[in-house]
Amino acid sequence: MVAIAWFFIHNTAVNLEARRIASGFGFLSREAGFEIGEKFFLSYSAADSYLRALAVGVLNTLGVALVGIVLATFLGTAVGLARLSPNFLLRSLSAAYVEFFRNVPLLVQLFFWYALITEGLPHPREALSPLPGVFLSNRGILLPSLEGAPRLEGFNFVGGTAITPEFAALLAGLSVYTAAFIAEIVRAGVLSVERGQWEAAQGVGLTRREALRHVIVPQALRVVVPPLASQYLNLTKNSSLAVAIGYPDLVSIANTTMNQTGQPIEGVAIIMGVYLTISLSISAFMNWYNARISLR
Amino acid sequence: MSARMKWLRESFFSGWLSTAATLLILFLLWKSIPPFIDWAFLDAVWRPDAKACRATEGACWGFIADKHRFILFGTYPYEEHWRPAVSSALLVALWVFSGFRRFWNWRLIPTWLAGLLVIAVLMWGGVLGMPYVENERWGGLILTLLLSTFGVAIAFPLSILLALARRSSMPVIHWLAVGYIELIRGVPLISLLFMASVLLPLFLPEGVTIDKLLRAQIAMILFAAAYLAEVVRGGLQAIDREQYDAAQAIGLGYWGQMGFIILPQALRIAVPPLVNTIVAFFKDTSLVLIIGLFDLLSTIKVSLNEPAWSGSGVEAYVFASLLYFAFCFAMSAYSKRLERPALERAAAKVVDVAAP
Repeated sequence: MVAIAWFFIHNTAVNLEARRIASGFGFLSREAGFEIGEKFFLSYSAADSYLRALAVGVLNTLGVALVGIVLATFLGTAVGLARLSPNFLLRSLSAAYVEFFRNVPLLVQLFFWYALITEGLPHPREALSPLPGVFLSNRGILLPSLEGAPRLEGFNFVGGTAITPEFAALLAGLSVYTAAFIAEIVRAGVLSVERGQWEAAQGVGLTRREALRHVIVPQALRVVVPPLASQYLNLTKNSSLAVAIGYPDLVSIANTTMNQTGQPIEGVAIIMGVYLTISLSISAFMNWYNARISLR
Repeated sequence: MSARMKWLRESFFSGWLSTAATLLILFLLWKSIPPFIDWAFLDAVWRPDAKACRATEGACWGFIADKHRFILFGTYPYEEHWRPAVSSALLVALWVFSGFRRFWNWRLIPTWLAGLLVIAVLMWGGVLGMPYVENERWGGLILTLLLSTFGVAIAFPLSILLALARRSSMPVIHWLAVGYIELIRGVPLISLLFMASVLLPLFLPEGVTIDKLLRAQIAMILFAAAYLAEVVRGGLQAIDREQYDAAQAIGLGYWGQMGFIILPQALRIAVPPLVNTIVAFFKDTSLVLIIGLFDLLSTIKVSLNEPAWSGSGVEAYVFASLLYFAFCFAMSAYSKRLERPALERAAAKVVDVAAP
C-alpha cells in the first residue's frame, strides 16, 4: 500500500517538475480577474482574490441547495401523499410524475429547463406576466423587491429582484428531480405506519389531529428521516451539475480557477474537501437526529 | 347503483376535497393538453427543413430527422454505422438475456465474454475486411451503453470485495474500506471525472498515457464500486447469523464460507436494489459530457451547435429524455417485478390465467 502511494506521489512530483506546474495554495491570495454573474451574501469583483471567488462559489452551491431542498421537500411530500389519495386522477398523475422524473438523467432535465427558459420564453419586451410585478422572459424571472417592482427600460428590465435563467433552470431541475425520490420516501413512510395505530389512537380518545401529531407522524418520521437526509445530500452533490449550464457554483468557479492557474491538483482537492465537509456534517447531524427520535 | 357508478364515485367524487381535486385537474388538463398536442403533433415540422421550422409555432422534429445518425453514432465513419448499430443491439440483447432468472448460472460468464469479443471486433474492426476505427471516433448510444456495461461489469466484483472488507474484523482492512466508500460517496461524480481527466495523467510515470475514454471509464468504475458495495453490504447484513455459524461448522475456510454459502444468498436478496443502483449509474454516465466525451447526451448537445438547428433545444432534450426514459424505465420495471415476493407472483399468474 505504502509502495503504491509512493509510486503515485513520485510520478506526480516528476510530472509537475517536467511541466513546470507550481504547487501549493499560494494562488488563493492572488487576484482572480474574472467576474461572477451571481452571488449571495458576499460582495465580489474581478479584483478580489481566488479565495473570495471560491467562497462565493461555496455560498452559491449552498444557496441553490438550500432553496432546492425546501422546494423538493414540499413538492415531494405533496406528490407522495397524492399517490395515496383515493382520487384516481390525482393518484395516477402523481405516479406518472414519479416514474417519469426518476427515470431521466438529471443532466438532461437541466438542459431541458435551460432550453425551455432561454428558447421557450419570449424576449423581455414581450415578457409574460402571470402576476402583477412578476415577469417571465428569456433573460430570467423578475420579482418585485423592497425597492419596487421591475419595469421595462429599453431592451431589458431594471429594478426588482432578478432570478437568472441559470439559477432558475438549476433550481427547477434539482427540485423536480429530487421531489420524485422524496415522494417515494414519504409514501413508504406513511404506509409503514399500520392501520391499527390509527384505530388504537382513536380508541384511547385522541382526535384525528392529536393522533397525527402524537402517534402517526413520529412513527412515520423514524422511517422517513434517514433516506430523506440522503436525498438532501444527493441534491447538494447534484448541484455540481451547475457547471454544465453555467451557474457559478463551487465546481464551476474551481474549474475556472484550475484553467487560469494551471494547478488542477489543488482545484480538485478544494472541490472534494468542501463536499466532504458538507457530506460529513450532514451525516453527523443525521446520526444525532436519529439517536434523538429512535425508540428509547 | 351499478358497480361502475360506485367506482366512479369513489375514485373521483368521494368527498368535497376529492371533487375539487378532480375538477381542478380536469380544468388543468383541458387547458394544457390541446396546446401540447398542437405543439408536438399538429403544428410540428417533421421534415428536416430548418426554414419551415423557424416559421412554425410547433415542435421541430425535423432536427431529429436530420441529425439522428450523428446522435446515435457520433463521429463513427458514416458507411460503417451498421457496426455500432449491431453492437448496441447485441449489448442490449445480452442485458435482456441476463435478466431471466433461469439463465442465472455459470454459463452467463462465457456468454458475456463471447458477446463482448464480438462487439470489440465490430467496433474496432481491422479484420474481416472491416476498416479499423480508433476509439476516439466512437460515440453516441454505443458509448453510453459501453460505459455503463463495463462500469458495472468491473465495479461489481470490486464492490463485493469492498463490502466484505467493510465487514472484516481486521481493523486496517475495515477502515480502508470505510474510508474509500465514504470518500467516494461524499464527493460528486464530477469531481472524480475531473480527477480522471486532469489528474490521472499526472499520477502516471512519464511516457505512459491512457486515452480519455479509458480514464473516464476508470472514474466511473471507482464511483460505481462504492455505491454497489453498500448495496452488497445490505444483502450481507440480511443473512442470519446461523448461516455464518453453519458455514463455519461444516469446516469451510473464509472464502469457502463466503463463496458457497453467504454470497449466493446475499446477492440474490440484493438484486432489486442492485438494479436500482445500475439504473442510477446508467443515468450518471451522461456526466461524461462535461469532460468532453461523445456519449448520447453529448452528441445531442453538439448537434444543437449547428446554426440552422440552434433553436431546437427543447425538442432535442425531449427526445433525449424519451431515449433515456425507455432504458431506465425498463430496468426499473424489471427491478420492481423482482421485488414482488414469489408467492404474489404465483398468485398473479393464477389470476392472469383465470381472467379471460
